[in-house]
Order: sequence, then structure tokens, then C-alpha cells
Amino acid sequence: MNTWTIFKRELSAYFSHPIAYAVIVVFLILSMIFAFTFGGFIDSRDASLTYSFFYFLPLVLMVLVPALGMRLISEELRSGTLELLGTMPLSMWSVIFGKFLAAATVWLVAILLTFPIWITVNWFGDPDNLSIICGYISAFLVACTFLSITLFVSAFTRDQVICLIISALICILLTLGTFDVFARVYARAFSPEVASAITALGPWEHFMSLARGSFRLQDAVWFVSIIAASLCGTSAILSAKRA
Amino acid sequence: MIEVENLTKQFGRKTAVDHLSFSVRKGEVLGFLGPNGAGKSTTMRMITGFLPPTSGDAKLCGISVIDRPAEAKSKVGYLPESAPLYNDMTVTGFLKFCAEVRGLSGNTRKDAVERVIETCFLQGVAFQSIDTLSKGYRHRTCLAQALLHDPEVLILDEPTDGLDPNQKHEVRQLIKRLGETKAILFSTHILEEVEAACTRAVIVDRGKIVVDGTPAELIAKSETGSLTDLFRQVTTLDTAA
Repeated sequence: MNTWTIFKRELSAYFSHPIAYAVIVVFLILSMIFAFTFGGFIDSRDASLTYSFFYFLPLVLMVLVPALGMRLISEELRSGTLELLGTMPLSMWSVIFGKFLAAATVWLVAILLTFPIWITVNWFGDPDNLSIICGYISAFLVACTFLSITLFVSAFTRDQVICLIISALICILLTLGTFDVFARVYARAFSPEVASAITALGPWEHFMSLARGSFRLQDAVWFVSIIAASLCGTSAILSAKRA
Repeated sequence: MIEVENLTKQFGRKTAVDHLSFSVRKGEVLGFLGPNGAGKSTTMRMITGFLPPTSGDAKLCGISVIDRPAEAKSKVGYLPESAPLYNDMTVTGFLKFCAEVRGLSGNTRKDAVERVIETCFLQGVAFQSIDTLSKGYRHRTCLAQALLHDPEVLILDEPTDGLDPNQKHEVRQLIKRLGETKAILFSTHILEEVEAACTRAVIVDRGKIVVDGTPAELIAKSETGSLTDLFRQVTTLDTAA
């Protein structure tokens, strides 16, 4: 009940400010630039969006998700409104869930607004729409994962810029550190087990397997465990700050 | 209504509040005095359930804030020192949000919001965005938030800080009026406020109560008949601490 109240307030805060619109527009522009250049959307003559469009989304999300999420707890700490919420009859979990879900909703909107590219492939070809839906779900899950990391970092600091830098750094390390180019380096340098363990830390393996339409247990574990650990960590940090 | 028993708070090795005990009855306005850093805000934060105490307990209307925090919190209205608000909301929007968190809905919520807007003289800015408000209005908006659920206990951390003399007078009158039916604990640095609004006052220094009494008793205790002199006598300079 209270989660819903917090959720409504947060969501209206996003959309009464330029920040959500700015991030959504930048996201749309960047994701389309990637699709039409590196993705070879026109030339590939491939009606599935997996490699032309979805493949590049983690690269865009690793910076933009922290940019949208940097205010999550930091702003409440800076303005002192967390103290106000802390003296009201609601649990900190409602605050954490409400804030997380509101920011996730903004990302859901942003990701769904790329729908023209889905219409386009259906106009020109005959894609597997089920796997495109899987692509959208996995892009949303990656956004949620990065968001939970940003939420966790924002509980540490009242400074939004610090939060942006640190959380973007973590997301960039996770994403670029396990990018294809590096994955090949690891494969040469380490034993296959070690190399695959390192690659499994990043989003690519889990993101792409889901985006290709196959849902594996280890991918669910990756998404759910990072999100759950970050949310629990956020709650722990907030309690520790008050003790 | 407010019973504080042996409340203690330690931050690392520093003791901010040291076995503090006092109580406030219904119809009483207790002034909470003390130098900066004496532990006034920390005490208030513990009573309102924001900070967990290191030891001791605070009871609001007989409900322990440690054992049954949600119930205890529903009995109290709190105005934090900095009067924190959501700058992206309007005054009415903010009050509606707070009322919803307090569990009010429908017409009860609408009436509560209208009532506090009237009580705190916010009619002129009701639909204005909070980030355009002056300090006096910000303070009163935050005070309005504390009154939404008509709490039996009010805890106000420097409610007149940063207000102009007219606004100070209004807020003091408001505290006095509300104090007839509620238990109020409020902190202040302005000693004449004690005489103007309080039925009783305590002075805390380094986490302990050093003086407790009615304003008249306090003045009698001071050799020169001035509260300021008494305050300076019983408290330590922050440079000496």
C-alpha cells in the first residue's frame, strides 16, 4: 500500500522534471545510432533484431541507467526527506521498492518507445516476434539490474555526482570488462573454466541468451541475485547509517 | 504522553545523549533548550523512531517506539530541523502525499489537507511549487505535514528558526493553542520563547538534563533573573567540551 504511494510520487517526480525526458530521448537516439551503424540494421537483411539492435543496448544502458538513477536515495539524503519518511509509519522497504519500481517504470517506457524499429522489421520482413519480445524483456532486465546497482550506490552518498560516477563505473566495468573483445583475451590467457567464469559475471552471456529466446536458469539467477543483493544491501546501508 | 526512559545514543565513542529521562503530559508544552550539539535533535530523532537508541526507550501514549514502531509513529507529528520537503511538488501535492502515507484516504484526506492549510496559513501558496517558497512558508508547510493526522504528540525541532518576528509570533501562538489538547516537545535557541509558549522547560547539556522546571522556576533559579544568564551558567561552551 505504502509502496504504491511512494511509487506514484516518484514516478510523477520523474515526469515533472526534464531528467526522465532527457534520458529517454538520449537513449532512443543512441540506441538507434548503434542499430544503424555498428548493427548494420539496413544492410544485414536480418529481420530479427537480436544482433542489429538488442546487442548494443547494454552499452547504452551502462551509462544512462546510473544517470537516471543517481538521485534515487542521494537526493533524499541531501534534502533530509528521508528523515521525514523515517518518522512516518512506513517501512524502509516500501521506500526502496517504491523508488526502484518507479525508476524501472521509466526504463520500461524508454525501452518500449523503441517500438518503431519493431514495426519496421515487421513491415519489411517476417521476424520471429516471440524472440523480439524476449529481447525487450532481457533489455528491461539489464536496465533493472543496473538500476539496482545505482540504487545501492546512491544509499552511500548524498552527492548525486559521486553516485553517478561510481555506479556508472561499476556498470561499465561489468559490461565492457566482459565484452566480446575482452572475452577472447580471457579465453587465450586463462583456462576455459576461469575464462567462462569471468565472462559469466557480465551481462552479455545472460542478456544475449535471453535475447535469442532461450531462457536458462543461470540467467535468471544472474539477474535476480544482483537485483536482490543490491536491494538488500541498500536496506542494510540505510539501517547502518542510522545506528 | 511522551515518556523518555534512560535514553542513550552513542555515535562511535562519542555519547550524544546520556541516560536522558523526562516526560511530557497532555496539555503540556515542554521547551527543550541547550547549546548546539547538546543532543536535542538526536533525542527528538530517537523519540520519533528515526534513530534507534543505543539503550533506553521512549513511549508515546504508552506505546514503545522500539517494540511497536509503526503504531508509535502514527501517534506523533514531527517537524525536523531543516524542514525537509520534496521540491518538485506543490504544497497541496506534498500534503496529500504525506496524508496518504499516514493512511488517510478519500474525503478524510481532503479534509485533513484543507484543515492544515488553514491552520498553518498556507492558503496563498497551496498550489505553488515548493522550490519557489520562502523559508517561512517552507517551515509552515513542513509543520502542516506534522499536523495532518491530528497527532496526540507533537515534536518540533526549532519550529521558529529562520522565521521573521511576525511569523515567530504566529507559530508560538499556534504551539500554545495546540498545546492545550496535545503533548508538545519543542526545541529552541530563543530563550524568550520559553516564557511565551512553554509550560515547562528543560536545559540539556552534553546529553544530560541540567535544569528542569516551569519558566518561572527557571527564572527564580538564576541569580540575575534572566534566562540567558542561567543558560550560560549551566551549559558548557562548545569550545570547552
